[in-house]
Amino acid sequence: MILYLIKRLLWMIPMLIGISLISFFVMHLAPGDITSNEASFNPKASEESRQKLRKLYNLDKPIIIQYSLWLKRIIKLDFGNSFSSHQRPVLWEKQDKSGNVIKGLIQESLPITLLINLIVIFIIFTISIILGTISAVRQSSWVDKSITLFVFVGFAIPGFWLALLLMYWTGVANQWLPISGLHSLDFQNLSALDQFIDLLKHLVLPITISSLSGLAGISLYVRNGMLDILHQDFITTARSKGLSEKKVIFIHALRNAILPLITIIGLSIPGLIGGSVITESIFAIPGMGKLFYDSVLMRDFPVIMGILTIGSVLTLIGTLIADLGYAWADPRVRKGLVK
Amino acid sequence: MNIVKALINNLLIILFGTSLLFVISCTKESSKVIDYNNNNIDYGGYIINAMSAEPSNLIAMIAGDSASSTIANKIFNSLIKYDENLNYAPDIADSWHVSDDQKTITFKLKKNLKWSDNKPLTSADVLFSWQLITNPSTRTPYAADYLLVKKATTPDIYTFVVTYEDNYAPALDTWASLHILPQHILKDEDINSTFFSRKPTGSNYYQLSKWISGQQVTLESNSNSILGIPKIKKLTSRIIPDVSSQFLELTADNIDLMNINPIQYQRVFPAKPELQKRMALYKELGNGYTYLGFNLKKIPFNDIKVRQAINYAINKDEVIKGVLLGLGEPVASPYKPGTRWNNPLLTPYSFNPNKALQLLSEAGYKMNKEGFLSKQGKVLKFEIITNQNKQREMTAVLIQRRLKEIGIDVSIRIIEWASFINRFIKTGEFDAVILGWSLSLDPDQFNIWHSSQQGPGQFNFLGYHNNQVDKLLEKGRRELNVNKREKIYHEFSKHLLKDSPIVYLYAGYGLTAVNKRIKGIKNPAPPAGIYHNSYDWYIPKSLQRNEISVQ
Repeated sequence: MILYLIKRLLWMIPMLIGISLISFFVMHLAPGDITSNEASFNPKASEESRQKLRKLYNLDKPIIIQYSLWLKRIIKLDFGNSFSSHQRPVLWEKQDKSGNVIKGLIQESLPITLLINLIVIFIIFTISIILGTISAVRQSSWVDKSITLFVFVGFAIPGFWLALLLMYWTGVANQWLPISGLHSLDFQNLSALDQFIDLLKHLVLPITISSLSGLAGISLYVRNGMLDILHQDFITTARSKGLSEKKVIFIHALRNAILPLITIIGLSIPGLIGGSVITESIFAIPGMGKLFYDSVLMRDFPVIMGILTIGSVLTLIGTLIADLGYAWADPRVRKGLVK
Repeated sequence: MNIVKALINNLLIILFGTSLLFVISCTKESSKVIDYNNNNIDYGGYIINAMSAEPSNLIAMIAGDSASSTIANKIFNSLIKYDENLNYAPDIADSWHVSDDQKTITFKLKKNLKWSDNKPLTSADVLFSWQLITNPSTRTPYAADYLLVKKATTPDIYTFVVTYEDNYAPALDTWASLHILPQHILKDEDINSTFFSRKPTGSNYYQLSKWISGQQVTLESNSNSILGIPKIKKLTSRIIPDVSSQFLELTADNIDLMNINPIQYQRVFPAKPELQKRMALYKELGNGYTYLGFNLKKIPFNDIKVRQAINYAINKDEVIKGVLLGLGEPVASPYKPGTRWNNPLLTPYSFNPNKALQLLSEAGYKMNKEGFLSKQGKVLKFEIITNQNKQREMTAVLIQRRLKEIGIDVSIRIIEWASFINRFIKTGEFDAVILGWSLSLDPDQFNIWHSSQQGPGQFNFLGYHNNQVDKLLEKGRRELNVNKREKIYHEFSKHLLKDSPIVYLYAGYGLTAVNKRIKGIKNPAPPAGIYHNSYDWYIPKSLQRNEISVQ
């Protein structure tokens, strides 16, 4: 088992290099660099100064040299600084000589995205398992049909549209919830508990919107899994030996049906650090989605590579965890691994 | 029962879609009566506005984005500034004098100026700022103008003298845009990475009090302000990227001021009387114009008749009505209408398809069987490219339709900005573009229209070349006498209009919604726009927000 783990971990190194190499080249396929953003299309800004900047950031060197320079830094876990005029560190805070702490871009955007995504995933899985089970148990009834309709409508509705309607309803017409942002303006004067409540209030709508679209996939997955299991012989056996329907469904069927979800949870780990640009823009949440999108538009290479690298590390770890989780949950797989 | 009713109502709102969103007036508008007619000039109060993007760096010479300069302009001063009629006015400098040979400018600073940290502001700071921007290791794109200064000296702490190698007419404009930075703080700092860019010390009417990344920037009045203490004590700019969300915040009375778009101005506000009670709308000519530019090095655009014909075939009023809902003006020169640089005798090409056809037939084009104009078997067709900008996309469609009517086959391509610049503009591989230029305050247009500025990455990417225009542009750069200069640029605009390297489409209005609590805004807006006197705005005591967190 441990040998297997070490092997998997070692395999990650060449994979990471491969992923980063491909990402780096694909990133450079898009025309333009940091000096070609809209603000610099200004007759007062001279071409010489743009060339100077390009040279400073080594953008005038061949891509393979740029990549090796990047790799050299990243091995020391140095993600570099943004090319943007604020020059902030990509990953983690740095201190200047007078003791001012300059926060990293990812450091600042990640916590809120992570918080939202964890809650969203929790909500999606909980509700989906409940809905999927009900659907399967009451297959083809009106309950099943209306659940299916509901999750598909949730999936199909454009998020930004629903978001605006809900913002209007809960924020303008009724003033129950704040409309956008993360904190109220008087946030710093609130007690810790009120600060927490304030944050939650701001997160209700973004989380609702993000969860709604995810219900369809998982709940149908659970429903179909459940249906498969419910038609298997051991369920008939369980019923025939006189177990209560509750026990049959929750202990015998559901456990087996949600097993494949472990893979999905594992695979959604890299998704944890990604945010939706649309949701974040509408709700004015400074999260990872907006950070990534803006840096792509700006051609801010260090930030793009930073996010992609962390994303790929998490993807690899996610698949590993999924495999291990499988082994932990299912004795049949465990045996296969040890062999 | 009421609750059930309310619930059903709200469900209905959801069902009936966004189109109704802004039309359905809600019943719960705040019922407190506010007397907006109170005009007492009081100190204090708090403005909250919305910005679409976060400032990047408050040192303007390095930043370059508009969010940064919006904030930085409230924190820093320049030597001189533009007044409401866009004439030069004192800022840090009390007076300035141009020598007889037009090569030396002497600025006399105001006495006893202080930075917000109480240190004195002197000519040494001015010299330091000039040295910063001209230092080769400073990452600024704007150094070129300041490198023309041969010598800069400070004979005493109130005097700053610059001498140019050669006459340079835009000089005063450059001193109206260079922010003066504090030497005592920055002299040992690396300007490119200094923390000062997030925690500046300035001299203007506001100082930074709080900056929460990605969320808000709060400014507070600076008691050492050169302009005197501003009446409104605090300004918070919330960063809300989405315009619809900004508008909802405005509707809910959470923000006081935002830039609105033509649809909101023309359609949404008139439909919401309760909003009109609370908000005042301002309209001012913006700082830029949109044009259709031709690649003059390519067939058929190397033929002036084709360019003029297309100019006649495009209905600019229709574009203004369709794209801007009428909230714009046609222009005939690259200068703001109403300013001295704009030649009042010039008028845009009228909409005249017959004239267009006549010109095209003079150029040798004949209608073929499919209904397209062609010359020597080649159909007159071209592609308009533009970046992802809704107004420009809509403009392109309207142009496409009009040109089809006279037999020109136009296709449209929309491209993301960086690709647009690098794949098409820099390489010169395009037929026609829809883009915008700013209506510059200084009339110098050398970088855009002089024939020497056609290299890759330079701004005469259309390839315009007219010897007379070249001479005028060179002359205009060297002439510091405003009246003589005015004549030069009127002449230049005339040539530019006649040669038709671009079709002037429109100059849009800047539209702003401001809560009526805020007084002192000039309406109609002067040429410099409503913000030019923002330090003079005030909020009467009875209208001030219930103060939250004012330290």
